[in-house]
Amino acid sequence: MSSTLNVLKPTDFASDQDIRWCPGCGDYSILAQMKKMLPSLGFSREETVFISGIGCSSRFPYYMNTYGMHSIHGRAPAFATGLKSTRPELQVWVITGDGDGLSIGGNHLMHCIRRNLDVNIVMFNNSIYGLTKGQYSPTSPLGHVTKSTPRGSIDNPLSPCTVAISSEATFVARSIDFNTKHLGETLKRAAQHRGVSFVEVNQNCNVFNDGVWSHMTDKETKEDNVLVLEHGKPMIFGKNRDKGIRLNGLDPEVVSLEQIGEDDLLFHDETIESPMLAMLLSRMKFPEFPVPIGVFRNISAPMYDQSLNEQVADARQEKGEGDLMELLHSGDTWTVE
Amino acid sequence: MITISEELNTTKPSTEIAGATVRLAGDSGDGMQLLGTQLTNTSALSGNDVATFPDFPAEIRAPRGTRAGVSGFQVQFASEEIFTPGDGLDALIAMNPAALLTNVQDLKESGILIVDEDSFAAKDLKLAKTDVNPLDDESLSKYRLIKVPVTSLTRTAVAELGMSQKHADRCRNFFAMGLVFWLYGRDLTPTLRFIDEKFGKKPEVADANVRALKAGWNYGETTEALATSFHVNPAKLTPGTYKNIMGNQALVYGLVAASKLSGKDLFLGSYPITPASDILHELSKYKHFGVRTFQAEDEIAAVCSAIGASFGGSMAITTSSGPGIALKAEGIGLGIMMELPMLIIDVQRGGPSTGLPTKTEQSDLLQVLYGRNGESPIPVIAARSPADCFDVAHEAWRVATRLMTPVFILSDGFIANGSEPWKIPTEDELQPIEISHPAGTTDGAEFLPYQRDELLARPWALPGTEGLTHRLGGLEKEDITGNVSYDPDNHQHMTHVRAQKVENATELIGDQVVNGPTNGDLLVLSWGGTFGACATAVQQCQARGHSVAHTHLRWLNPFPKNLGKILSNYKKILIPELNTGQLRMLIRSKFLVDAEGFNKIKGKPFGIAELVEQIERQLTT
Ligand code: SF4
Repeated sequence: MSSTLNVLKPTDFASDQDIRWCPGCGDYSILAQMKKMLPSLGFSREETVFISGIGCSSRFPYYMNTYGMHSIHGRAPAFATGLKSTRPELQVWVITGDGDGLSIGGNHLMHCIRRNLDVNIVMFNNSIYGLTKGQYSPTSPLGHVTKSTPRGSIDNPLSPCTVAISSEATFVARSIDFNTKHLGETLKRAAQHRGVSFVEVNQNCNVFNDGVWSHMTDKETKEDNVLVLEHGKPMIFGKNRDKGIRLNGLDPEVVSLEQIGEDDLLFHDETIESPMLAMLLSRMKFPEFPVPIGVFRNISAPMYDQSLNEQVADARQEKGEGDLMELLHSGDTWTVE
Repeated sequence: MITISEELNTTKPSTEIAGATVRLAGDSGDGMQLLGTQLTNTSALSGNDVATFPDFPAEIRAPRGTRAGVSGFQVQFASEEIFTPGDGLDALIAMNPAALLTNVQDLKESGILIVDEDSFAAKDLKLAKTDVNPLDDESLSKYRLIKVPVTSLTRTAVAELGMSQKHADRCRNFFAMGLVFWLYGRDLTPTLRFIDEKFGKKPEVADANVRALKAGWNYGETTEALATSFHVNPAKLTPGTYKNIMGNQALVYGLVAASKLSGKDLFLGSYPITPASDILHELSKYKHFGVRTFQAEDEIAAVCSAIGASFGGSMAITTSSGPGIALKAEGIGLGIMMELPMLIIDVQRGGPSTGLPTKTEQSDLLQVLYGRNGESPIPVIAARSPADCFDVAHEAWRVATRLMTPVFILSDGFIANGSEPWKIPTEDELQPIEISHPAGTTDGAEFLPYQRDELLARPWALPGTEGLTHRLGGLEKEDITGNVSYDPDNHQHMTHVRAQKVENATELIGDQVVNGPTNGDLLVLSWGGTFGACATAVQQCQARGHSVAHTHLRWLNPFPKNLGKILSNYKKILIPELNTGQLRMLIRSKFLVDAEGFNKIKGKPFGIAELVEQIERQLTT
């Protein structure tokens, strides 16, 4: 790590490129929080790499004064795998969107996560295709009317966090562009996690899907519609903090704290090995439930890049550094005089 | 314990021959590939030149005894230099009726035909879909038919071990091997050593195989059907140390060597596919050479992971065959745009679509050259034989890193699984590959990732280097700065720059060489795995006094600078290819010459005789 770390400022992470997102886009907030948070991690700009796919979100690397790759649609996790496997000392971020990561790139996302590659994946979820001007995405709700679904979407949507948890993610979190403090903290926790980190950021596309997350952002309603997860704490929400989540059989239910004591509520635990609690949280959907934000799951497991490099080190230890001439002469040989 | 060194000397007379072409054919579960490999290695170790052609079905276990399930292995060994596994067979070993019926037409008249007569019962004939037993009628009368009860003799040989019949029958190939070894005066020692290494942990299996092998040898020694054995003297090869090597193995050695010689750890992103998977298997063994292999979730992830590794500064490789290359196309385009070095290896097989997975073809040439969106030029090099794969790997990596570009390596199923003696290079013969990366800087000056050197290569700046932060991407680059640019003139300029850069490979690859007269009636122009057949056919025609020359292309893009001049020196040009004329199309359009094609698309390599016939036809019309 570079010795100039302590003096890095958020502006040091800004590139000289003009930002081309639409004015008012939620992506600006994510960019700002990222630049604000990065100096606190102790990595230099040169040790940091942003890799993206295609889509509005994926322009992100161009705006960061770090190393970066704006790759092809859906494949960012695969580029990250090659880089991180060979350069494990780098801090690698994958920037993707709901279309990029869950549609065309669903396969790579799943495999990158299940390998527990030590990278941080941030999915900008705006439930729409922005760059191609407004088709429905894999997270658009049923019935969503878009350019390509004039009679409403008939595709059952995915929850990004559910996909990540099903893929054995070791760190899963959700945040929202409007809640800048929460977003910054969540990104930081993702960066600090060893192993794959998956963060869904609910992001507003004010051009093609304005207000898609308004239930989570409107002043009047947000506290009733958002459940902020805190490790070790009971799940309480509401403007007056008078509602909670309780387990009824295998299902969560919303209860009033006037009738139920805090001790009977579900307590959040990020660190339990079983993915069942995180899974249950990831499936809580508005309007039936408040939408959970925060860290769903945070466990440790062997990392692909580390294991691969350990195998290389072990092989060198056991056999000694490979000798080329010995290799070429191995097996049966004969000599012609 | 096996006694490895076994001096068995025949008491029968031995006839000296210049060489022989032998095919071993049986059910895909009969171990014919193993038998063939042993015969090849032993022949090579005795100093013969060898060339092999394994031919097996795509199914792992096709229905037993059927024609679809026949697996064959052909080897030519000789006391002179040879370039092909041979045309007509001098000997055929057929383990069942299906193997006999699908192969006997390639046996020369009076050729030796050894069959396991125990495998010609009514049920075997039915499986092979024949009503008559070919051993009983006159259909085989033009061959030297030797009926051997291989199955029952094998069972007798291992009887003392008390194995089940099923296990005993697994040793049939070793009995057949023993007999073939006797026939060609081969030493059993290397095979005994092989048995010890491979089956050492299962002593009863090792013992049974040794007994079967020796019983086969003894059968040759005692049977009255074989009065003499044969003897093939060592070939006069260039002095040096040799080993017999298959194409995929030679490629792996070449890649590891290039990695060492360029001081770059190797990263392979790959997805299993026939006939390229062995490269992944082999490379994964060499972790102590700093080799990292990644079995990706699909072909796309395989190429993309390689690009990621290249960005990080590794020797990046992805391997596949035609269908997988199609999936990688977008990733390769990105590699071209980002101008990062990478090797893309296409071990071609019959197409289109899934096609003929285990058969050979040269039909991916246009795919690798043009199978991408936009103008996306890429250098392409093709191996000409199994041993040549070693040099091709080195040369491809040298060009990729010198010019900062992905490079395609073309091999094919015939080269990948075929084998020949390879002269192991000495340490001095292994040329280092110089690679440099720009050093870090603190002067605050803007880093220019698309500034170019005299060959138009851009700098390979690695993440982690101070002061060189930059972003690569698939959007068009502004010249020099590498920033995103939609400027029309810049796009035209960059398109030409990328093309010229690839063309500049001509500065690195040397001139095209011709074998034969520098001008004359006919030039045979070939590329890839047809080298051996074309070279041999032209030699035979030259010996017959024809005015014909041969030139073989190693680089398919760019063409060597002097190729156009060479083409203008002959009245006619013949381009034999295992496709419908892909190189011919390129040559015609680039040089405006009226080249003729000779095209075969049967999943099989060229025979020498058919090429000679074609050359002579060209010369007389
Ligand atoms: S289209 Fe939507 S997501 Fe894309 S930049 Fe504009 S507002 Fe943002």
